[in-house]
Amino acid sequence: MSAESVFYLLAGAAVLSAVLCVVQRNPVASALWLVSTMFALAGLYVLLNAQFIAAIQVLVYAGAVMVLFLFVIMLLHVGREASDMRGRGSRVAAGAIGLLLLAELFVLSRVTPGGLAVLSGGVGGAGSPLEAFPAGRAGQLAPAAEGVVGAIARPLFQTYLIPFEITSVLLLAAAVGAVVLAKRRL
Amino acid sequence: MLLGPSLLVSALLFTIGVAGVLLRRNAIVLFMCIELMLNAVNLTFVALSQVLGLDGQVIVFFVMTVAAAEAAVGLAIILAIFRHTRSVDLKHINLLRG
Repeated sequence: MSAESVFYLLAGAAVLSAVLCVVQRNPVASALWLVSTMFALAGLYVLLNAQFIAAIQVLVYAGAVMVLFLFVIMLLHVGREASDMRGRGSRVAAGAIGLLLLAELFVLSRVTPGGLAVLSGGVGGAGSPLEAFPAGRAGQLAPAAEGVVGAIARPLFQTYLIPFEITSVLLLAAAVGAVVLAKRRL
Repeated sequence: MLLGPSLLVSALLFTIGVAGVLLRRNAIVLFMCIELMLNAVNLTFVALSQVLGLDGQVIVFFVMTVAAAEAAVGLAIILAIFRHTRSVDLKHINLLRG
């Protein structure tokens, strides 16, 4: 199987699971279809040469975040009541807004590497796209030199060190905030 | 390379997320649709990091952190609201409606 056919298989699985996640009446089924979407996306990340992101997608998203969702769903015992779909007017509006947004994004997604090179002021369309983007070529060569994780770690701990440290404060604030909000009485 | 198809898949997933937010009234499912939209944006970042360098993947790392924090706080708020109204249906959460 070529990489392209695997890509289309995983992409189809991701989109199908996402649709099922939205239309399922039971929140638990909805959450499990979302987990399926996230696993398919992790596969796509591997095909796009982002193995580290694929690993933390499975660990953080499909693991931690979705378990939190399932905990809350089961704690509240919701989903036994009637459908929570909105009425006809809202459905028409949702369809119209969705189609409009999809058309807009479709136009945007027709960006080719050559066209992107012209937009971002590169040399534009000359030969292979990687020729036009030195940063992209460096990004593809880095994993071979310093490993998949090392290639991400270098920008993370050099260029983005301050945002990384701020992120730790954000996580602490979120943990404290979640405890304060969810606890009945402190 | 697969840049164009990746962006198309991302557009589809984002639209499905938006449609989900507009269609459902269950606050927890609404949150899951927001996670779906964040995932679609992550796919765009990863696809474009192929041509624009590894910075895109670092941004995805930050997006995941913020999404985890958002899910924790959001679900705590939903728990608090459920304790108040005994429901997670947005129909019953209308305290701020005039």
